[in-house]
Amino acid sequence: MSARRIFARPARFAAIAPYVWMALFFLVPFGFVLKISLSQTAIAQPPYEPVFHLTAGWTAIRAAFAALGFDNFRLIASDDLYLFAYLRSLTVAVTATALLLLIGYPIAYGMARLPKRWQAVAMVLVIVPFWTSFLIRIYAWINILQHDGLLNQILLALHLVSEPVVWLSTDTAMYVGIVYSYLPFMILPLYATLAKMEPALEEAASDLGAPRWQVFWLVTFPLSLPGVGAGVLLCFIPVVGEFVIPDLLAGSNSLMIGQTLWLEFFTNKDWPVASSAAIVLLVVLLLPLLLYERLQRRQLEER
Amino acid sequence: MTDELPRTDAAADAAGDARPAAGEPLLRIEGVAKTFGTFRAVDGVSLDIKAGEFFALLGPSGCGKTTLLRMLAGFEAPDEGRILLGGKDIAQALPHKRPINMMFQNYALFPHLTVRDNVAFGLRRAGMARADIATRVAEMVALVKLDGLEKRKPDQLSGGQRQRVALARALARRPQLLLLDEPLAALDKKLRENTQGELMELQRRLGMTFIIVTHDQEEAMTMASRIGVMNAGRLAQVAGPRELYEAPRSRWIAEFVGDINLFDAESKLRDGHRLVIGTRDAGTLVVAEPRQPVGESRFSVAIRPEKIKLSRRGPVREAGHETAINRLDGVIADICYLGGTTTYKVKLDTGGMVQASVANSARLDVDAYSLNQQIVAWFTPDDCVVLPS
Repeated sequence: MSARRIFARPARFAAIAPYVWMALFFLVPFGFVLKISLSQTAIAQPPYEPVFHLTAGWTAIRAAFAALGFDNFRLIASDDLYLFAYLRSLTVAVTATALLLLIGYPIAYGMARLPKRWQAVAMVLVIVPFWTSFLIRIYAWINILQHDGLLNQILLALHLVSEPVVWLSTDTAMYVGIVYSYLPFMILPLYATLAKMEPALEEAASDLGAPRWQVFWLVTFPLSLPGVGAGVLLCFIPVVGEFVIPDLLAGSNSLMIGQTLWLEFFTNKDWPVASSAAIVLLVVLLLPLLLYERLQRRQLEER
Repeated sequence: MTDELPRTDAAADAAGDARPAAGEPLLRIEGVAKTFGTFRAVDGVSLDIKAGEFFALLGPSGCGKTTLLRMLAGFEAPDEGRILLGGKDIAQALPHKRPINMMFQNYALFPHLTVRDNVAFGLRRAGMARADIATRVAEMVALVKLDGLEKRKPDQLSGGQRQRVALARALARRPQLLLLDEPLAALDKKLRENTQGELMELQRRLGMTFIIVTHDQEEAMTMASRIGVMNAGRLAQVAGPRELYEAPRSRWIAEFVGDINLFDAESKLRDGHRLVIGTRDAGTLVVAEPRQPVGESRFSVAIRPEKIKLSRRGPVREAGHETAINRLDGVIADICYLGGTTTYKVKLDTGGMVQASVANSARLDVDAYSLNQQIVAWFTPDDCVVLPS
């Protein structure tokens, strides 16, 4: 038997493995959510109807299908509450992503320009917060930002303020929490593209008469765009659906879609509406993803 | 057309055009040194380069030639010394403020820009008018024969084409000084030889000053009118190709530039304008008296392989020359056929080994020597040089 034949089977399996994974753990659950989003809420266990019983026979299943409808989506479209939640989520995500890029880019750039052995150290420093539970780190921020917290104590001690500032339960606190939590996801892809960029390219630009800022805008930044794209997506998408950080750090007067979802699901026990809201969120998030994918393909085709 | 390119332009003017006064060198490097940590990469180099010269910095890797070039371009600042361009010290000036351009070793073309935008990059930075940029780019593209490829991106080009874009981009601003960092290292041999010719032709036609860094001594000898050989951060010798090859100043240079046979001297005796030198491996040799007298220090006799003649019997004796000809008896120990020449290694009866290079001037080698054949290797006193060890 040739080596090729021996390896043919595992290789084929390796190629389909990601699809099997996606089918089992994404498509099938998505099917459940989609079905629930088309159902009606009911005081029952589970709290919606119709419920499919595969043993009930063909007519019963057809009747169940006929009972599905788009009522929940109509409700979401007609109620301002959901629209505002989506808008707030997108606003928060756009603002936070912009902040992350502004803060993350210089850090990634600085890391990529460090001597090789210090780059590894810097990398560990970026990743090390992950070793502590995310929730504990957010609770630590509550401690820092609360009325008699560390931040106010420092500000008072330095006589920068005369009385404690309200940080907690504000958007500022929420942005602090989001930027703090997501920064590594912005830094790492940026660092990866910047570190593999040939330093001679920047030298060539300055040799050809470009001052430092032009070297950055005409050469470094355009060449780091793939990293910018990856970092922006890695932050933007989860921030849109973020629940924990706004729930713990932001005020309760305006909710993000993740919080709204949570309320529908656990407080109102309205699984169908929660599912519909989740489906709409997914469609909204698919747009930037497809856009990025298309840009990347065009870049590849140009080569 | 291109013969009449004006030599000054906006780019150079904007950068503070500095023409040397009559008789002054274009570039003067004065006692320049650069240390990285504890490593002295460039160790007190002084050098004058005249306008219009094609100068080569030659040396093994790590000798400091690239660091010196990078200091000329402005990517490194010297720790000591001055770099005068047209009489003005530019040692601490930033790269983008110097009327000097560089062609990078791996070309460093901007991958996100087309050929046209790569070539125009420097012109745009100089604030040239749009119409002038278009004209200049077209001129440059024609100069390096890249017509029709203006809209391609660098990764749609072959290695040779990329090299041309890099050259066009570096020449576009009409720099007073063009630096070339191993410009041909990435090309295959045939293309490299053609490109060498084209570079020389271009340099002569534009009347520009070129400084090329290379580790390839053949490349340096082919292209440059003067060569500076660097070793361990210092300039070991600055000379024309012929002088460098025929009259190397030290044993190290003789060995670095081309092949050479070296015989350690043990005694010496003056005989008129000749020296009679006793060597350990090759018996007694008669050599022409060196220009610089040999002191009491250790020295060796050096002779290039192609200066050694081989014959079955003995040298053809010319009247009055019998005593002067150096004659070494031995057997052929190794034969290396290289096409144009054949290199023979001869094991001498006196114990040493000598290498002789013979031109294969006839296609049918009825006269070729065979392994273990008794042979006489001979050469004249004028073909030897005496080198301090």
